[in-house]
Amino acid sequence: MKSKTNNLFYFIPYGLWLLLFVMAPVALIVYHSFLNLNQHFTLDNYITYFKSGTYLMMTLNSLWYALLITVATLLISYPTAYLLSNLKHKQLWLLLIILPTWINLLLKAYAFIGIFSQSGVANQFLTFIGIGPQQLLFTNFSFIFVATYIQIPFMILPIFNSIEDLNQSYINASHDLGATSWQTFRKVIWPMTLPGVKAGVQSVFIPSLSLFMLTRLIGGNKVITLGTAIEEHFLITMNWGMGSTIGVVLIVAMVVIMIFTGESKTRGGVPK
Amino acid sequence: MTHRFKLSNLYLFLVFAVLYAPILFLIVFSFSQGDSMSHFHGFTFSHYLALLNDTRLIIIVLQTLLIALLSSLIATIIGTLGALGINQTSRPITRNSILSLNNILIVSPDVIIGASFLIFFTALKIPLGFTTVLLSHIAFSIPIVVLMVLPKLRELGTSMVSAASDLGASNGQILSKIILPYITPGILSGFFMALTYSLDDFAVTFFVTGNGFSTLSVEIYSRARQGISLEINALSGILFLFALVLVVGYYFLNQYQQNRRLKRANREEDIL
Repeated sequence: MKSKTNNLFYFIPYGLWLLLFVMAPVALIVYHSFLNLNQHFTLDNYITYFKSGTYLMMTLNSLWYALLITVATLLISYPTAYLLSNLKHKQLWLLLIILPTWINLLLKAYAFIGIFSQSGVANQFLTFIGIGPQQLLFTNFSFIFVATYIQIPFMILPIFNSIEDLNQSYINASHDLGATSWQTFRKVIWPMTLPGVKAGVQSVFIPSLSLFMLTRLIGGNKVITLGTAIEEHFLITMNWGMGSTIGVVLIVAMVVIMIFTGESKTRGGVPK
Repeated sequence: MTHRFKLSNLYLFLVFAVLYAPILFLIVFSFSQGDSMSHFHGFTFSHYLALLNDTRLIIIVLQTLLIALLSSLIATIIGTLGALGINQTSRPITRNSILSLNNILIVSPDVIIGASFLIFFTALKIPLGFTTVLLSHIAFSIPIVVLMVLPKLRELGTSMVSAASDLGASNGQILSKIILPYITPGILSGFFMALTYSLDDFAVTFFVTGNGFSTLSVEIYSRARQGISLEINALSGILFLFALVLVVGYYFLNQYQQNRRLKRANREEDIL
């Protein structure tokens, strides 16, 4: 009996949090998605969303960019994680991979404004090797590059952890049984590190749908992600209803990705 | 074999170079005379001095730290209580559904959290500013604390607690003498994580902050939109040092925990 009351005491602040800051906001965003500008309950926002090609194109575009960013991040991170796991002092090296995530994201974006600018280091290098200066900032390329740069540590960490969990004897067994390195990778290492890859994809793809600050600072508003659209509707045009509708779309996209990437729920314990 | 080894080292070197180049780039130019990030114009501390004289920025830094410390402290208390509560639930269904709810804020994109909190605060007519930013930071830090504390509670198991209660310890004694000391490392990592989430956050704060109140991320965003100012570079130099100190602190905390775990394992082996 005593432990029951105790339990209740533990749950009061936490339960209040669940109710007020988890359930209520989700419910409110769904509710608002049915409100038009005059606060009337209607399906208009959804009709606009599905009927006007712009919103659908924007959504597809955002998904496409998130996919590109995720693939680029994965291609760079998997070998890195694998090679890191073979190093001496690997925990220290891993920490050095994580360290840049502790630098504010805005500062990193700001650094790229300097690097990619007309007379910036990147263009000085391009001039040096004879290509000549290019417009780098405010292009799709720079957006993908910077987003990939920012997401790499979040991909490396879960993959690294799953490679660490991999039992070396499986790899030895595979080699002993005559598998080539490629076969070992494809049939043993890759399937066994897939949970890490899934966790990484999950923690890169979902945020990539909503990187509105990068589209503004680096992408020069040429790339519009779901996040940019939501920010635009909430803070600039003040059309909360439509913003919420796009928010609901983003939530649905998130749930679909979560289902695809399985039960791996944690982010590998990384700061954002 | 040595040839392959060198190639892999080169790859890792490149990854690290790319990860750190923008950060070093920012810091190098923080010492440059002149006002652009394209050519280095001789060494100076003037940007750091300008930073020290920028009262607005210093106040914002203090506000950011205040928000981070307060929110992580409160989130740690609520999150720890929540973890204790979740740990005591007997039915797996209740437990799993609470955990799924708990994880919503971790996997949600920042924009969704920001937008839904904005609706929530507006619905409650709480004026945007310090309070709303603090509440939001507490809200999105709680689930991380829960996730850091819960494994420790599971590790503790029930035998120790039931032994204590068999020996006549009261609930309060069990909590203060057995449970809390054991889960302290988890609580500390939770607090640490909450701190970094709070310091790092931009999107949520951007949505729920009013005109009068600003945190560092929001301030950097608005300054970066106006173009290059080497004062931001000086700021990033200081923040990098700060992050370095935090990371080293976190590393040693982890090492300490691992050592303790090792020692305990050794002791158990000795007993056996």
